[in-house]
Amino acid sequence: MEKLKYALFTGCTAKESTPEQMMSTLAVAEKLGIELVELTEASCCGASHLQDYDDFLSLVLNARNIAYAEKHGLTMVTICNTCQLNTAMTKHRLDHNAELKAKVNAKLAEVGLEYKGTSQITHFLYAIIDDFGLDKIKEMVVKPLSQFNIAPFYGCHNIRPSELQNETHKSPENPYRPTSLDDLIIACGGLNVDYEEKNKCCGFHAELQAPRTAAVLTGNAVAGAMDANADWMVTPCPLCHLKLDTQTHHASVAIGRDVSLPVLHMQQMVGLALGCTPAELGLNHHVTKVDFV
Amino acid sequence: MDTLKTQQVTFKVFRFNEETDYLPYYNTYTLDVTHEEVVLDILNRIKWEHDGSLSYRRSCRHGICGVCAIKVSGKAVLACKTRLFDMIDVFGNELVIEPLSTKRAFKDLVVDKKDFWDKHAQIKPYLEAPIDEHPVTENLVSPHDAEKLLEADYCIQCGACHYSCPSVEINELYIGPAAFAAAYRFAADVRDDASVERLHIVNEEAQGVWDCVKCMECAQVCPKEVNPIEKITKLHNMVFEANIAKNNVATRHAVGFAHSIEKHGLLDEGELVRYSEGNIGVLKHVPVALKMFAKGKIVLPWNMPKADKLDEIKKLVKSSSTVKF
Ligand code: SF4
Ligand code: SF4
Ligand code: FES
Repeated sequence: MEKLKYALFTGCTAKESTPEQMMSTLAVAEKLGIELVELTEASCCGASHLQDYDDFLSLVLNARNIAYAEKHGLTMVTICNTCQLNTAMTKHRLDHNAELKAKVNAKLAEVGLEYKGTSQITHFLYAIIDDFGLDKIKEMVVKPLSQFNIAPFYGCHNIRPSELQNETHKSPENPYRPTSLDDLIIACGGLNVDYEEKNKCCGFHAELQAPRTAAVLTGNAVAGAMDANADWMVTPCPLCHLKLDTQTHHASVAIGRDVSLPVLHMQQMVGLALGCTPAELGLNHHVTKVDFV
Repeated sequence: MDTLKTQQVTFKVFRFNEETDYLPYYNTYTLDVTHEEVVLDILNRIKWEHDGSLSYRRSCRHGICGVCAIKVSGKAVLACKTRLFDMIDVFGNELVIEPLSTKRAFKDLVVDKKDFWDKHAQIKPYLEAPIDEHPVTENLVSPHDAEKLLEADYCIQCGACHYSCPSVEINELYIGPAAFAAAYRFAADVRDDASVERLHIVNEEAQGVWDCVKCMECAQVCPKEVNPIEKITKLHNMVFEANIAKNNVATRHAVGFAHSIEKHGLLDEGELVRYSEGNIGVLKHVPVALKMFAKGKIVLPWNMPKADKLDEIKKLVKSSSTVKF
């Protein structure tokens, strides 16, 4: 197989509050022989909030990020569900609206850039599954996660709206019965547990504005995984990770029950199965202690 | 003639009669279904062939009246429009048939939609315009202006999005995706005079657009492709454009992104929380922040990373900004 190569859009969180996500992404990419060219010029995607304030500005900034991936002639790979949604949505809107694309390009021209629409955008989870291949992951597993019940937590923005995300996923994900993360857990030798909340919202985006709603959603998600006998949870989204890992106190109060489980990034789970060390994967950076390795 | 494909399916159907039952229960029916049948056909067959007391709503049978919305294995659907074989593809051969909201069911699959209609009424779902008692011409809208509605007028008030919305479920004040789509539909109508009044309603904390958790479920579930979250985003934008955004944690949270991006290219996560909450409000986040700090999850201001080519980003923020706060 030709070596896989992507333009890596890190988003902000991997550079700040989830350093372990950046570490584990790089460690796993190296193990898999995937080359990542970091888009160091990229700006924040707006995380769905800049879009509420100034939609046009968010379009211009996201188009600029994609334009840099295009300059490299590479598919952009994201490592955050919300970055994935905002970037893919920008691409969709510009590719389907010539007038809007021209308006955005008039702005990009001011800094010598052009959005062409030539680069695809995918999330690292789907790069691993669709491009690298689960069978090959299976072959490379050196430390199967066979003693663990693992609860997949998908995060909203990779699976909904499915029409948009299925433009990038080669095997369409069903938002009511998503399978990618379950399949990945199995490929890593773990046991995937099923629970109702696995495709529900963690509440992250309303944490400041609607703290009770957000806390109840977090609590329900962790409680669902605990009731399904999970040893830990795994998510492809650093924002879900932050919510589920750091906010369990508020969540417990909100739902009137103590909830807490280790929550691993998808990359950390794959890294463990591939034989990376806990230090390489940054497992010491979690607030809810990862005490099984 | 084509031979009909059939499959045996087990239906677990929610049953509850508030006049006689303390608690709901489920009845199980096993039927052979054909690839031509929709969910409503099965409800009819259960009622006509097995149990005449089963209650559900149906009227148009053409996906336009919206009354037949129910949940199949957790997914809200229009019973008259949804093919059984599609549901089997997704959920397998055991399907759970439930009302849109089990909490609000009073007879089997029939729910009390009072909260839905109250919220619909709350956003003034009608045109407010001076009425000419003796018009000489119709009050026409150009195709270009009609496009601004973004098909929000396709909503059939089925409630599928409303009763799938986690914010509606948790916060009883939250107006909800269907009513927001309606608010947008009228606020975006060029003939309407009550846009600003309506924007004030959707701008209120707890009930308004700021309490949306952005789960995208409403966009996913809507059988008419109304895409309510898109309209919610538009309402956010309109609140800022109309210059009626209040200076509170919700609006500052959105505006804070623009400030941060202009300064660093990236989001300064710590500063965003402080900016959104204010110097006093931020104190409630200190316990979590300390735990995160201990785990190397907080970047101190002097270590804040910056995007390369920041000058480019600054220039674009300056030249492309369309709103002020
Ligand atoms: S996106 Fe917002 S309005 Fe839509 S279902 Fe989710 S919380 Fe409700
Ligand atoms: S927006 Fe769609 S799902 Fe919601 S009530 Fe209207 S038609 Fe039904
Ligand atoms: S019966 Fe009218 S929409 Fe289904």
